[in-house]
Amino acid sequence: MPSKPDWNEGRAREIIGGLSALEGATLPILHALQDEFGFVDARATPLIAEALNLSRAEVHGAITFYHDFRSKPAGRRVIKLCRAEACQANGCEDLVTKLRARHGLDADSQDDERLTIETVYCLGNCALGPSALVDGELVGRLDADRLAGLCDGASAEKAQIVGGAA
Amino acid sequence: MSPVRIFIPGDAAALSVGADAVARAIRAEASRRGASVDIVRTGSRGMLWLEPLVEVEAAQGRIAYGPVSPHDVASLFDAGFLSGGAHPLAQGAVADLDWMRRQTRVTFARVGVIDPLSLDDYRAHGGLKGLERALAASGADIVEAVRASGLRGRGGAGFPTGIKWKTVLDAEALQKYVVCNADEGDSGTFADRMLMEGDPFLVIEGMAIAGLAVGATKGFVYIRSEYPHAFRAMCAAIDIARKAGVLGASVLGSGRAFDMEARLGAGAYICGEETSLLESLEGKRGVVRAKPPLPALQGLFGKPTIVNNVLSLAAVPSILAEGPQAYADYGVGRSRGTLPFQLGGNVKRGGLVELAFGATLRDLIDGFGGGTRSGRPVRAVQVGGPLGAYLPASQLDTPLDYEAFAAIGAMLGHGGIVVFDDSVDMAQQARFAFKFCAKESCGKCTPCRIGAVRGVETVDRIVAGVEREKNLGVLDDLNQLMTDGSLCAMGGLTPMPVMSALRHFPEDFRRASQRAAAE
Repeated sequence: MPSKPDWNEGRAREIIGGLSALEGATLPILHALQDEFGFVDARATPLIAEALNLSRAEVHGAITFYHDFRSKPAGRRVIKLCRAEACQANGCEDLVTKLRARHGLDADSQDDERLTIETVYCLGNCALGPSALVDGELVGRLDADRLAGLCDGASAEKAQIVGGAA
Repeated sequence: MSPVRIFIPGDAAALSVGADAVARAIRAEASRRGASVDIVRTGSRGMLWLEPLVEVEAAQGRIAYGPVSPHDVASLFDAGFLSGGAHPLAQGAVADLDWMRRQTRVTFARVGVIDPLSLDDYRAHGGLKGLERALAASGADIVEAVRASGLRGRGGAGFPTGIKWKTVLDAEALQKYVVCNADEGDSGTFADRMLMEGDPFLVIEGMAIAGLAVGATKGFVYIRSEYPHAFRAMCAAIDIARKAGVLGASVLGSGRAFDMEARLGAGAYICGEETSLLESLEGKRGVVRAKPPLPALQGLFGKPTIVNNVLSLAAVPSILAEGPQAYADYGVGRSRGTLPFQLGGNVKRGGLVELAFGATLRDLIDGFGGGTRSGRPVRAVQVGGPLGAYLPASQLDTPLDYEAFAAIGAMLGHGGIVVFDDSVDMAQQARFAFKFCAKESCGKCTPCRIGAVRGVETVDRIVAGVEREKNLGVLDDLNQLMTDGSLCAMGGLTPMPVMSALRHFPEDFRRASQRAAAE
């Protein structure tokens, strides 16, 4: 993923101002801020509260309720690995175990500058699992080798093609 | 010579196995050979094991080839696939394929057929007829048509849609809303996603009709963030519909207003629960509301609101266009119409199967699905998402209708069917049901928030053989409490997968004592 710009209060105010007229603007604003800066900086909380006439506690409450909103930047490669029932039926837990045993990567806690692996529950690709969303690209029919490759920064598109040819 | 039309899905599932690369390879190969082609990106037909599925418009119909990899493209051209030529990947004309012919495609009639973002295609294939009818009818007449069709909420609860609409119609308010629940979080379900990506105008048309029916001028479709492709498709379609006058201050020139926005969720399963979804749309934590008041009377921003699943709203245009009786003629008992079933997990031929109610699970899993992908025997099937029951192979002859499933302590839910082979450990699946509930609970009510955590611990003790009988008693008690005392279906239905696993697969909860006895 391309690196994101550093926090800039002026830019944040601009984003918030551009969306604050929406009905129920909080989530659209939080998504827009995260798209821009890569995470929701705590410094945005009072700005949102002021713009939407909410308390800071209400805004903080909303930010922390949702799994999506990050309080620090994600890795350059973000893998959202599905671990819900349909992918379990196709061995996603085996992929998680192998990732830990062979590469020392713990899907639940791997989150550094290079690589973030997040557990998600269902990507809607239940007939072609195991699946992952890799930097926003959906990859189906994952196996341990291709998942390891993706963790090393391999192209998501290539991983898709191997799946198609399998 | 006019270019040959080639159809390649742009659906996320097809993309996940390389549809973009295939489209690019075909374009490049065509230009290398000087062949004139027109590549149309469509939704997916739902034969997901054949993705990427490429269709060519030939004299004998649309001929399908799949699963195609970029490496196959040169040989497809060599085999004359542009005129439907024979090739090892050739599947025949799509319309003649058994898998398609045995379905009743009402809601999914256009998905995989048309360019999802072409309003002309949509109209040419019967789109907007329902909306035109609705504009000529009174709100009460539209609501009556929906009631007469027998349509029940496709999100899982199965509440009669017409009754919900009648409540909103009769409510007095200056502002009313239509909210489309596209927070399709249940594992094993992907019909909403496929429909939004493959025929987004149908969702828009259904919402506009709902707005006209009850006097709501504003709609929201709330889409989960795990579906970025569907969100982009809906946003683009809304934009096109607005520019074409389908949405806006004067719907199709009628002088009556309806407009809508797509909103993105943020990774919370609970927001698929209607009141939690409304809180989220208002910009708050997705915490469940107590009912009453019903959302139909005090919904979004406290105003009367229709909250319906994507598939419920998408069924409405054809009910208006073809008449309610045509829809009600499908189905059995009190389950009228069709349900797009989603076949996933460990299954050979997974995908989207739209059927009238009344077929059996066995027909779906064996007939359509062809058994497991692993080739091992089917051991358990979870129907209706993470809150649905696990059924053993002996219950596969249960008819797919709401009442028949309720009678065996299960539910159809949103029509998701997840197949497991005999390598599954059902005690672990029961544990996962609690773990998932603990992670995704909104935390408002105690039975769900605390019960789920206690559930994980109790299953662990049972599996470890610690005071087994006593802990089975605790589990039973806990399940009863969660069922009776939870505020919404999250805590209330988590016991369903747990108890069904325990009832049908007790041996998996006994492993520790068996090991001990063996030693």
